[in-house]
Amino acid sequence: MGWARKILRVNLTAGTVKPEPLNMDWAQKYLGSRGLGTKYLVEEIDPTVDPLSPDNKLIFATGPLTGTMASTGGRYTVITKGALTGAIACSNSGGFFGAELKFAGWDMIIFEGKAPSPVFLFVEDGNARLLPADHLWGKSVWDTEHAIKAQLQDPLVRVSTIGVSGEKGVKYACIVNDLHRAAGRSGVGTVMGSKNLKAVAVRGTEGVKVRDFMGFLKASETAKGVLSGNAVTGQGLPTYGTQVLMNVINETGAMPTRNHRDIQFEGAHKISAEAMAEKRPTDGKSNLVANQACFGCTIACGRVSMIDKTHYTVVNRPQYWGASGGLEYEAAWALGSNTGVDDLEALTFANFICNEQGMDPISFGATVSAAMELYEIGALTKEQTGGIELRFGSAEALTQLAELTGKGEGFGAEIGLGSKLLCEKYGHPEFHMGVKGQEFPAYDSRGIQGMGLTYATSNRGACHLRSYTVASEILGIPEKTDPLATDGKAGLVKAFQDATAAFDSAGICIFTSFAWTLQDVAPQVDAAIEGGWSVERMVETGERIWNLERQFNLAAGFTAKDDTLPKRLLSEPAKTGPATGRVNDLAKMLPEYYEIRGWTAEGVPTNETLARLAL
Amino acid sequence: MQRSLNIDPGKCTGCRQCEMACSYENEGVFNPSKSRIKVFTFDAEARFVPYTCTQCSEAWCMQACPVDAIKVNLATGAKEVHADLCVGCKVCTIACPFGTINYNASSGKVMKCDLCEGDPACAKACPTQAITFVDSNWTGLEKMRAWAAKTDTGARAN
Repeated sequence: MGWARKILRVNLTAGTVKPEPLNMDWAQKYLGSRGLGTKYLVEEIDPTVDPLSPDNKLIFATGPLTGTMASTGGRYTVITKGALTGAIACSNSGGFFGAELKFAGWDMIIFEGKAPSPVFLFVEDGNARLLPADHLWGKSVWDTEHAIKAQLQDPLVRVSTIGVSGEKGVKYACIVNDLHRAAGRSGVGTVMGSKNLKAVAVRGTEGVKVRDFMGFLKASETAKGVLSGNAVTGQGLPTYGTQVLMNVINETGAMPTRNHRDIQFEGAHKISAEAMAEKRPTDGKSNLVANQACFGCTIACGRVSMIDKTHYTVVNRPQYWGASGGLEYEAAWALGSNTGVDDLEALTFANFICNEQGMDPISFGATVSAAMELYEIGALTKEQTGGIELRFGSAEALTQLAELTGKGEGFGAEIGLGSKLLCEKYGHPEFHMGVKGQEFPAYDSRGIQGMGLTYATSNRGACHLRSYTVASEILGIPEKTDPLATDGKAGLVKAFQDATAAFDSAGICIFTSFAWTLQDVAPQVDAAIEGGWSVERMVETGERIWNLERQFNLAAGFTAKDDTLPKRLLSEPAKTGPATGRVNDLAKMLPEYYEIRGWTAEGVPTNETLARLAL
Repeated sequence: MQRSLNIDPGKCTGCRQCEMACSYENEGVFNPSKSRIKVFTFDAEARFVPYTCTQCSEAWCMQACPVDAIKVNLATGAKEVHADLCVGCKVCTIACPFGTINYNASSGKVMKCDLCEGDPACAKACPTQAITFVDSNWTGLEKMRAWAAKTDTGARAN
C-alpha cells in the first residue's frame, strides 16, 4: 500500500534482472524516493568509489505518493555518487516516467556493474529484460524515445534516457524522461552512460493502491484546494512558470551575471517570463505557446515554447520548429544572464539542445560563463576554443557550444568538464563558481545571505533545491526574513533542508511547498502508507535523511573545508542593487548551523545526534 | 435534464487527474491504463486533448453487440456495458468509429465511459475545467457565447 513493496535489481555486468522485496524497516525510516534510495546506496557502495567505475550504483526510486492522485504525485529520484561532484547525488524528475514505474509494480530499480555493450532495460509490469542498445547509442534523447516506442510497438511506453552527452562523459549529463523532463544535476546521466545503460522503458498497468482510499482522497482534495487558492501555485506558476522570478531576483540584486562578476543583468527583462509571452516583431507570435503539467500536477508550471523560424539557430532546421520544453528560470539565468546573452530565442535553442542531448543547463551555462571569463583575461585563446570568440554576451558562442558540448565534440568536450576542472586546467580555479564541484544556480548569495549557507552545506554541491530560503527571504513564505541579514538563517536553512528531504522522499514536487507545509503533506502520506505519519515524524525523517547524506559525503572524503563558497562571493562586494557593498557572511552562519544540527565544530554529526536519529 | 461531458482541450494541461479519477471510480485503484478517458499529448504542437465516448444516440457499439450487453441507461443516456452479459468478442470495438470502447484483458470484457451514473469522476477531478458536465442540449453554449462576443459589433440601435 503506497509502496509497491518490490524492487528490481539489475546487474549490468552479468546481464541479470531479479525482483526483491522492499526492505520495509528502511521504508519506515526513510519513507521513499530520495531518502530510501540513499539508504540503499549508502548500504551497498563504498563511498570512496570512483563515480564512473562499475562499482558505483545507480538507483531510480519512486516515493509512496508517486502514482497516486496526490497533486504532483509523479516524481522519481535518481540516486548515485555524482560524476560532477563525487558527493551523494539525488536528482529528481517529473513528467510521467516515475508514475509509470510505480504502475508497473516497482518502488525502485537498482543498477549495478557495467554492461559489456550498450543496453536498455524494458520493464513491462512484472517482467523486465535487458535489450541491446547498439542501435540507440549515438542517438539523442528525442530520437531514442521515438526509436524505442517504434521498436516495442507501444506508444504508451514511458522512456527515461541519456543523450549523446551522457555517452561522451560530459560531467553534468542528465537523465531525461518524456522528452524534456530531467533528473538534471550532478552528472547522474554521466554515471548511467559509464554503465553502458542507454535507457529505461517502462509500461505499467498494475496500478497503485493506498492504505485508506477514502481518507486519501479527502486529504489530497483538501491539499489541492490549498494549491489552487495560493497566489504562487494557483496563478503565478501556471501563468509565468518559474520565470516569474527573473525580474524579481534581478531587482533584488541577487542575479548572478557574467560568472558572478555582477549581481544584476541589464538584459533581464528581455529574457523574462513577460518577454516569453510577448509577440515577437519578426513573426507576430510569442515564444511561449502553452503551459504543461507533469503527471498528476494541478499547478502546471511547465513551459512549452516555439522558436522563431527565422532565428539564425533554426533556419532550414525544421526539427527545431515544433513546440518543445521552454525556458525555466534556472535555464534562462544560466544560459542568459550568467553568460551575458539576452537573445531569448538563442537561449530557447540552447535549452532545446540541453534537453535533446541530455545535459544540465545550469552547469552547462555556468561552465560557458567561466570559460568566457577565462577567454576575456586571455587564459583561453581563440586557437584553444577552436575558433569560437568566447565573449560575454555572444549568443553565437553559446549556441555553438551547446551543440558541440551536447555531442562532446571539439571545444565542447572541454566545456563538458564542468567549470571546476576547466578553470583548474586553464590555471584559474578561482573562476569556478560552485560548491563541491557543482555550479551555482540562479541566486547570488551576496544578495540573499541564507542561500550562501544553503549552497555551502548542500549535500549534493551548490543547489537551490535543498533549502530554498529564497521563499522566506524574498517571497515571504512561510514568513518574511531579511535577505541581507544573517541572524536566524542557520535555523531557517536547517528547517528548509529537513522539510525538503521529506517532500522529496514522499514522491511529490517541491514546488508544492510554495503553498504546502508538511501539515498538508503528512495527512496524504499517512493515508497512503502504514506507520502513522505525523508532521513530527516527517520532520524527523527529513533530518535523518539529511544526516545520512552528510555521513556518506564525510566517508567519501569531504570535510568542513568543503562547506564553503568561492572567494569571489566572500570577498568581492556586490557592485549594484540593494546588496551593494555586501559579500556573503558565511562565517557568521556556519558555526551556528553546525551547532543547531548537532554536529561538531568540524561538521561531523555527534554520537548523540546519530543516536537521536537512530542512525 | 440529460448531461454530457464537454471537453475543451484548450484548457487541458495534460496532468491526467481525469484518468486517475476514472480508474479509481471503475477499478478501485489508481491505474490510468484502465481509464475510460484518455489524454493525448501532441508534443510538437503543444496540444493536450482528453478524449472519451460521446454516448452516440444510435450507438454503433450497442447496435453491433451480438448479445445485447450494451444498454442505454435511461436516466443518464449513457450506453453501459453489462459485464455479466459481455462475452468479450470485441465486435463493438471494431464497430465504434471513435475507438472509445476497448477490451480489458484483465477482465475479459470491454469497457467504456458510463458517465459514472450521472456524476462523472473525470469532470470532478479536472483542475482546469477542461472537462465539464453540461446540459446535453447545449454543449455548444460556450462556443456560441464566444462567437457571439466576437461577431457582435457592439453597435447600439437608438
